[in-house]
Amino acid sequence: MNKKQKKMLIRIIISALLMVLLSFVPIEGVPRFFLYMIPYLIIGYDILIKAAKGIMNRQVFDECFLMAVATVGAIVLGIIEDGDYTEAIAVMLFYQIGEWFQSYAVGRSRRNISELMDIRPDYANIERDGHLEKVDPDEVETGSIIVVQPGEKVPIDGVVISGSSTLDTAALTGESVPRTISEGEEVISGCINMSGLIKIRTTKEFGESTVSKILDLVENASSRKSRSEAFISRFARVYTPAVCYSALALALIPPIFRMAIMGVSPMWGDWLYRALTFLVISCPCALVISIPLSFFAGIGGASKEGVLVKGSNFLETLADTRYIVFDKTGTLTKGVFEVTGIHHADLPEAELIELAALAESSSSHPISKSLIAAYGKEPDRSRVSDVKELSGKGVIATVDGRSVACGNDRLMELVGAEYSECHDTGTIIHIAVDGRYEGHVVISDVLKEDSAEAIRKLKASGIQRTIMLTGDSEKVAASVAAQLSIDEYHSELLPADKVEKVEEIIAKKPAKAKLAFVGDGINDAPVLSRADVGIAMGAMGSDAAIEAADVVLMDDDPMKIVKAIRISRKCLTIVRENIVFAIGIKLICLLLGALGLANMWLAIFADVGVMVLAVLNAIRAMFVKKL
Amino acid sequence: MKKTYKIDVDCANCANKMEQAAKDTKGVKDAVVNFMTLKMNVEFEEGEDPKAVMAEVLKNCKRVESDCEIFL
Repeated sequence: MNKKQKKMLIRIIISALLMVLLSFVPIEGVPRFFLYMIPYLIIGYDILIKAAKGIMNRQVFDECFLMAVATVGAIVLGIIEDGDYTEAIAVMLFYQIGEWFQSYAVGRSRRNISELMDIRPDYANIERDGHLEKVDPDEVETGSIIVVQPGEKVPIDGVVISGSSTLDTAALTGESVPRTISEGEEVISGCINMSGLIKIRTTKEFGESTVSKILDLVENASSRKSRSEAFISRFARVYTPAVCYSALALALIPPIFRMAIMGVSPMWGDWLYRALTFLVISCPCALVISIPLSFFAGIGGASKEGVLVKGSNFLETLADTRYIVFDKTGTLTKGVFEVTGIHHADLPEAELIELAALAESSSSHPISKSLIAAYGKEPDRSRVSDVKELSGKGVIATVDGRSVACGNDRLMELVGAEYSECHDTGTIIHIAVDGRYEGHVVISDVLKEDSAEAIRKLKASGIQRTIMLTGDSEKVAASVAAQLSIDEYHSELLPADKVEKVEEIIAKKPAKAKLAFVGDGINDAPVLSRADVGIAMGAMGSDAAIEAADVVLMDDDPMKIVKAIRISRKCLTIVRENIVFAIGIKLICLLLGALGLANMWLAIFADVGVMVLAVLNAIRAMFVKKL
Repeated sequence: MKKTYKIDVDCANCANKMEQAAKDTKGVKDAVVNFMTLKMNVEFEEGEDPKAVMAEVLKNCKRVESDCEIFL
């Protein structure tokens, strides 16, 4: 509770007590009026002042004005009719209780949600004259050495120069398995150091570090407003004046009609009361607060799960997504090439891979790296001599005195070895020793464990079409698409072709079904921005991807796509519930008020009660862990 | 040019009104008020002096919602 809220709470309590006490005081006439004015003014003086200011600034239709008119009206009715001023005080009291609750609840959720996102490190440790000194991370220059003790957050991106430890990346990725790091590896700010003391040489300034980028992104996310929010603000602008004019009409037309045409008593008091009831219901606050709060809670909850949404509008689009286009490499597959098959002739398998790894040991090509990885040992380069790299063909080298040729079909033709075709999909590396064919190794990108499950779940949750785009060969694309049961694929595309394909699909699909593109953020920035919503995954530490995408998944688990969509659906369901619920109850109460069935007490419930329920419902959007 | 200011306002509808008032101020190209983070992002027209414009924005906001504050 802040100062303002405390003061208000005291006013509410005093005024409520006085109101109850006064009901036991048997006093009539003018003194009664003045006595009742005490609690009324205690609870309502600021509203009356604001209403007066509003009139002076020609801002007539604000809620203070409405409350002032409604309560003063009720007092006037009290003077003329029965001397009952309790209603005016009660209405003002409930209104203030409602405002107080709103301010309290919003303040609480603002804090809670901000805490969810709070990965901001408070300090960095710098070693000076053998002592650790805590400094503001903003003041640390690039290239400084910082020390991170166990239990502390890594404040700035950098490279470990000494020590090793395990890092908890949960705050960034939602991933609970800790990451081990050691000397020479890059670390990203925002992770929590769990075990050992490490020294880091910073590679960026604090403002450019991952943690600052993420905070900036999430904090500003709710400034990009969604269609629902725009709708509500427009609605609020029309709603309040409309209700006020209706109230005026309700106060004047029926009594005049009764008097002039029906010739019965006009019943001014009765109709005035109904009009005042109208005014009490007319505040649009429940609506206006619950929508941005829902989005804010949804975005907060999502960021806790490692799904960063850059704006309420994107959360909305994500919920309407029916088409998902995937990039293959790095998104559905791991993007690292592994040896997936060794088909040997006479030589044993281990020897074949050893020869291949040795022959390729001096090359930096990704394929030679995967061969060496499959070999499993550091190749002994002293056994290799006369390495000849034939570009577009492969490598010929002398290993242990034997000439080893390692490469594609054309290399085999060159050395005159009779090779056999392979039925597996992937890159085929043939190996010939002294001109004699010894077999081949299949190298291919492997699917992520969860890709198939993610596609299945996406389909189950209403995604109509899944499409895969890849620069890879037709054979590889067909095989991946079949394994994952993807509806449609396009292969052998250059990066520019991908944009064209996405545009083609967008042109064909129904306008209401939105299209999401999922990529790893490497050279697909144009596609990410062309899609209705661009999702970059595994983006931790990649600035380009964070910049280009609308939704950033902090790790590269495809199940996170499912999660992102479910979070957005839940949030939008809550938004719609709140819109329908708040408008619906208000309209019903307006109708009841016009018919004379609702008194001001019910009207106040329509106002305050609906707001409380809508706010509580909005907070639900924050809980997304189990989705 | 874009700038972000911290604001203080009590109700969501008032924040909407502030946003509208800021948008209608001369020299402001666009303005977004974020009630949840209590921030106002203002995009200024070319060649305008943010300080002078913001003084005007604050005045207009005070007119629609007397109980608001922009921390300039």
